[in-house]
Amino acid sequence: MVFDLPFIWAGIIAFAVLVYVVLDGFDLGVGILFAIEPHERERSLMMNSVAPVWDGNETWLVMGGGGLLAVFPLAYATVLPALYVPIIAMLLALVFRGVAFEYRWRTARWKGVWDMAFFGGSLVAALMQGIALGALVQGIEIEGRAYAGGWWDWLTPFSLLTGVAVAIGYALLGATWLVMKTEGEMHDRMRSRAKLLGIATLALIGLVSLWTPFQEPLYFQRWFAWPTIAFSVVVPVLVAALAWVLFSGLASGHDRYPFLASQGLFVLSFVGIGISFYPFIVPPSLTIAEAAAPESSLLFTLVGFLILMPMILAYTAYAYYVFRGKMDPDEGYH
Amino acid sequence: MTYGLTAEILARAQFAFTISFHIIFPAFSIGLASFLAVLNAAFLWTGDRAYLSLFNYWKKIFAIGFGMGVVSGIVMSYQIGTNWSVFADKTGPVLGPLMAYEVLSAFFLEAGFLGIMLFGRTRVGPGLHMFATAMVAVGTLASATWILSVNSWMQTPAGYSINDAGQFVPEDWWAIVFNPSFPYRLVHMVLAAYLTTAFVVGGVGAWHLIKGHSGPAVRTMFSMAMWMAALVTPLQIVAGDAHGLNTLEHQPVKIMAMEGHYQSHPDGAPLILFGIPNSEERRIDYALEIPRLGSLILKHDPNAPMAGLDTIPEADQPPVPIVFWSFRIMVGLGFAMLGLGLWSLVQRWRGRIYTDGWLHRAAVLMGPTGFVAVLAGWVTTEVGRQPFTVYGLLRTSDSLAPIAAPAVGASFTAFVVVYFFVFGAGVFYILRLMHRAPVIDESENVDGPIRAAGVTPGPAMEHAPAETGSQER
Ligand code: HDD
Ligand code: HEM
Ligand code: HEM
Repeated sequence: MVFDLPFIWAGIIAFAVLVYVVLDGFDLGVGILFAIEPHERERSLMMNSVAPVWDGNETWLVMGGGGLLAVFPLAYATVLPALYVPIIAMLLALVFRGVAFEYRWRTARWKGVWDMAFFGGSLVAALMQGIALGALVQGIEIEGRAYAGGWWDWLTPFSLLTGVAVAIGYALLGATWLVMKTEGEMHDRMRSRAKLLGIATLALIGLVSLWTPFQEPLYFQRWFAWPTIAFSVVVPVLVAALAWVLFSGLASGHDRYPFLASQGLFVLSFVGIGISFYPFIVPPSLTIAEAAAPESSLLFTLVGFLILMPMILAYTAYAYYVFRGKMDPDEGYH
Repeated sequence: MTYGLTAEILARAQFAFTISFHIIFPAFSIGLASFLAVLNAAFLWTGDRAYLSLFNYWKKIFAIGFGMGVVSGIVMSYQIGTNWSVFADKTGPVLGPLMAYEVLSAFFLEAGFLGIMLFGRTRVGPGLHMFATAMVAVGTLASATWILSVNSWMQTPAGYSINDAGQFVPEDWWAIVFNPSFPYRLVHMVLAAYLTTAFVVGGVGAWHLIKGHSGPAVRTMFSMAMWMAALVTPLQIVAGDAHGLNTLEHQPVKIMAMEGHYQSHPDGAPLILFGIPNSEERRIDYALEIPRLGSLILKHDPNAPMAGLDTIPEADQPPVPIVFWSFRIMVGLGFAMLGLGLWSLVQRWRGRIYTDGWLHRAAVLMGPTGFVAVLAGWVTTEVGRQPFTVYGLLRTSDSLAPIAAPAVGASFTAFVVVYFFVFGAGVFYILRLMHRAPVIDESENVDGPIRAAGVTPGPAMEHAPAETGSQER
């Protein structure tokens, strides 16, 4: 068959998750940086820089989950019970952080409470997403058509490391986003934060990359056997190039390059994970083909996707365009 | 934290709890999004600033309610996998694509235009702002359409076959989407959302009339809400009746439970108005009933025989008392809403709609009843479907994820604590916003940073200055 539907869909789901990571990543990152910004005016500015777009960003998470249910129901049905604790914790964290956008403006006495909710929710959500990623990389035990492990299997040093890595990486995205959106003192502060976070992110990417091949013989083979070893050589070069763009952009006061370079780091890491996984969707037991829904489901959903996704991308881009440029501190959003 | 309960019971309780919270917010935002679109259009059309103040007034309330709807909805979309993974595996090929369409056609639309609707009037100009407002309303309706198709398929499955792995496999998408109960449920639920919002708006308007804030904005909202109550409630009763007949055709056991028909009635069933279901003895104690009316309503023939639960195996019966009571609560509230609507018509005709204090008190009292009716209706629908998740085909006990009871118990406890805290606060902030009467030239941005920057609110107040004071009381 020319068009292998399960494969196309694996690409689309990966695309949705990647878009989620690069978009919600920066607004979760803004939330993580919230705690170290003591001044009310700055905090308002930070929150307002993402207020018009966060809901759209988070919808990609729903797209990832809903899409998985539609086209890889068996993967959905085995991964979610395996990641029960991190998923529930992430959902509760998103509850806190999502409502903070509105609640914060509705009270003076409890403003601090909702500021903490915004920060805590963002941090916990980021950690849990990273932990979930690490747990998936470690592999999930499946018997028959169900998850066969216990409810704490996800917890290992490796998954904790990926949790921290994702949270720090998101903070870098948030900092470079704010470099782009703010001026003056705040802009300068974010630049120096972005430098530290950039170094930390690169270190963590390195650590996780070195550790990953040892999680699963499959990955080891993938990374150190021909022809994929070519990619193993190219990736570090690309990472180094992006790091150079990031730091030189920060040093020279460039506004957009640091943000784009940090997004590039996420894209690269993501592609690397994709290469490790293929052809599995839930390593080491479930392949893309095994988990796929019947062709009729894949085709029906694909038609909708192909018609609607270009429109979604167009109006999402438009929404970003409407709220483009530097923030005006005196323009209220509420 | 299992409270001595099984994983199944805990997972059911958790699902019922989280979705009951979720449905409260969409029921309100579906109606309010349309109301806001109407207000904005009316302002652009007439130039009457009362509409603009109302738009800005309800917009802030909408934003809070919508935010709570989004975060509680995200929980729903993952909970099907965490707690009901076998259900997800089996029904995913049929229901998953419908939910994916919901995301693509509804959630992105709402989210994409929400920012422009809330914050963008001055940035994009009135035309595009109106468009964005309309798109948000369309998005909420599209969302309801898809999710109700999903739910209806679980009630009246159609267009599928079953494969070797035990999965439901799509055969005919048209039959799946437009399954037998879907049109009825969609109409009934959308009307329910509109009524819920109308009664909230009417209740807030009436409250301010009682408080003596009878400016043009307050009058307009009260009047609009009472028109909705008077016109839509009868439609809803007709739709509910049609829905019931459809249910009788496809889910007769649910009707037996709703009607309290433990026993068969070979020559005409009564309509039991009230009574106490006694599941041990399988009868309704202290029943207040009208002979043969049940058959007349459901079969349009007073002497038509009606089978009762005695013809159904015990293992396939839903719990009667819950269904019996929730149905009566919904219908009772439906008639109370009709009563208020008619009363408002009479007073409108006599020119006393803005002055009849008793009408206003009744409207305040009826303010929250839409929510209660919506919840009661869903409890009827969902509990009446038990013990199945896919009616007649997949049992609830066979849908469960392989998760240990302590895990479910712990997450259920966390949801209860977090939801009451977070959504309790949200409801409180909404009530506080409602407590403040709308002012003419209601600012776009009442209490965001603009206020901190020292911009004074609009000059003309339509009521006592005390009402424009700080938000913190
Ligand atoms: C996606 C489809 C869907 C939708 C739109 C709803 N439900 Fe539902 N409901 C289910 C899918 C479902 C389910 C997954 O099929 C459950 C879980 C366990 C079960 O028995 O069915 C369920 C169970 C369930 C139960 C437990 C019944 C029992 O254990 O006896 C209650 C009380 C509700 N739901 C209440 C609601 C309310 C108030 C809704 C209003 C929005 C609602 N449901 C919509
Ligand atoms: C199991 C059932 C349900 C699931 C899985 C679900 C899922 C979701 C999700 C994920 C969101 C957030 C969307 C976003 O990110 O913008 C949401 C919001 C929403 N849902 Fe649900 N939902 C369910 C039941 C319902 C029902 C029964 C209705 C109405 C009939 C409904 C109507 C809406 C609407 C209108 C919104 C937009 C937010 C709001 O209006 O407050 N949902 N839902
Ligand atoms: C008095 C007239 C009414 C009648 C006869 C009626 C009838 C029904 C019936 C028979 C069901 C169960 C459907 C099933 O078995 O699947 C139902 C469900 C429901 N009702 Fe009503 N209803 C009435 C009024 C209302 C009102 C006033 C509201 C809310 C404002 C409401 C909201 C709902 C909801 C949300 C559901 C669940 C969704 C659904 O299945 O449609 N109903 N109604």
